[in-house]
Amino acid sequence: MSNLLKVDNLHVYYGSIHAIKGVSFEVNEGEVVTLIGANGAGKSTTLNTVAGLLKPKQGTIEFEGKNIVGVPAHKTVSHGMALCPEGRRIFLQMTVQENLEMGGYSRPNSEIESSMADVYQRFPRLKERYKQIAGTLSGGEQQMLAMGRALMSKPKLLMLDEPSMGLAPILVEQIFDIVKELNHSGVTILLVEQNARMALSVAHRAYVLETGTISMSGDAHELAEDDRVRKAYLGES
Amino acid sequence: MVFFSYLISGISLGSVYAIIALGYTMVYGIAKMLNFAHGDVIMVGGYVCYCALSYLNLPAIVAVPLAMIACTALGVIIEGLAYRPLRQAGSLAVLITAIGVSYFLQNGAQLIWSATPKNFASVVHFDLPESMTSLGLSSEAIVTVAACIVIMVVLTLFVNKTKLGKAMRCCSEDKGAAQIMGINVNRTISMTFAIGSALAAIAGVLLCSAYPTLQPTTGSMPGIKAFTAAVFGGIGSIPGAFLGGLLLGIIEAMAKAYISTNLANTIVFAVLIIVLLVRPTGLLGKYAPEKV
Repeated sequence: MSNLLKVDNLHVYYGSIHAIKGVSFEVNEGEVVTLIGANGAGKSTTLNTVAGLLKPKQGTIEFEGKNIVGVPAHKTVSHGMALCPEGRRIFLQMTVQENLEMGGYSRPNSEIESSMADVYQRFPRLKERYKQIAGTLSGGEQQMLAMGRALMSKPKLLMLDEPSMGLAPILVEQIFDIVKELNHSGVTILLVEQNARMALSVAHRAYVLETGTISMSGDAHELAEDDRVRKAYLGES
Repeated sequence: MVFFSYLISGISLGSVYAIIALGYTMVYGIAKMLNFAHGDVIMVGGYVCYCALSYLNLPAIVAVPLAMIACTALGVIIEGLAYRPLRQAGSLAVLITAIGVSYFLQNGAQLIWSATPKNFASVVHFDLPESMTSLGLSSEAIVTVAACIVIMVVLTLFVNKTKLGKAMRCCSEDKGAAQIMGINVNRTISMTFAIGSALAAIAGVLLCSAYPTLQPTTGSMPGIKAFTAAVFGGIGSIPGAFLGGLLLGIIEAMAKAYISTNLANTIVFAVLIIVLLVRPTGLLGKYAPEKV
């Protein structure tokens, strides 16, 4: 397996606050890798930095062997990565279809239609509601739209930031089933989650992030059995 | 019949306000800033057109596009030099800068063209039959209203149907999310200024054709009125700017005709205050119900 994404010794600051302190991890092609950790551990900051929304002070981010540090966020998508951001951040005043079109913004117009057909096939609910204003969708539908929108760019690497946030348990399961399906169809996934149990159940490998540094890493199933992880993140004593 | 002629003058004045208000509202909607220099771009448009007509003896068909090109460039330069460096700064800093740019343009114009008013010859004048002029119709009014409607329709189609227009709506809602879609936010904001400023040039030419004195402060009052119109209609909304502009023009004309010329502006702003008290988002202000 080859590295699709390789992050090395990443340091990110918010003003004078040192948020990410030397984080290193890698995602291999075909994997589901998850970053778990508590609130404020730096999970979203890490994803946003990889996507180019934040600039690291130090460290390298290699995507397919190319260093992409300093590539602005509007260009990282055409390298083959898509971020489905925390809180979904769909365009609430636009229709479902327009949201998807915007997801394919970086692609030639001729390819939009087939991408959209793929997304509609995966999320039939979105097709039923294609003319509806996105702000009026339910939470689960909005999450599907956010994922569908990210898939419109046909990414090699899909980064999902807290896809289960604010969803009912049944919807959380549905979302994770979709994550598994996407991975089976060949999409590499970097998943950030607070719901560690779910995340570890779908991931191949996992990294535990604690206040800006990686405290543990390894096989997702082994980590799920680890006492420290069980105590801190799975709510078991 | 007198009422009808007041109505026409109100609609035509309102159409100019609407064209200016569209520039305010688009820039506000996308960059979330009030570009108080917008009114002065109108004045620059008027002067460029005036110079092309009087000094270079160019025909109006060349002079007007020239004014539009000059204003487009001016708008993009203002945005790039004055506003872009403040993208992360507080809104007050941007507001003060905009006021500074406004004075800069007015004083610059005074240096170049002096404070003496110029007599602007209408570029949209043609003869109308007696039966129409007796109703108070003028060629300027007809062209202004027609231009306003065309601009409004084209702009609505542009924003709703084209890729760039949709990108503008994305930037208006969420710049971060727009970026990860692959949208270059800075370029999109720049384009918005370009469009708004080209519209300002058209407004300047139409305004000076109807009210032929051109001086460095020509754009400032219509600019403020158009800003009022944009707020009145619901800032950020394109149909709102159109409706707000028209209503403002009509109210102003009627107040001048039937109440008092001196009180016309007072009445216009009083109506604005009442509307904002009842509907704080303006007449067509955006309120999208949001499910969380």
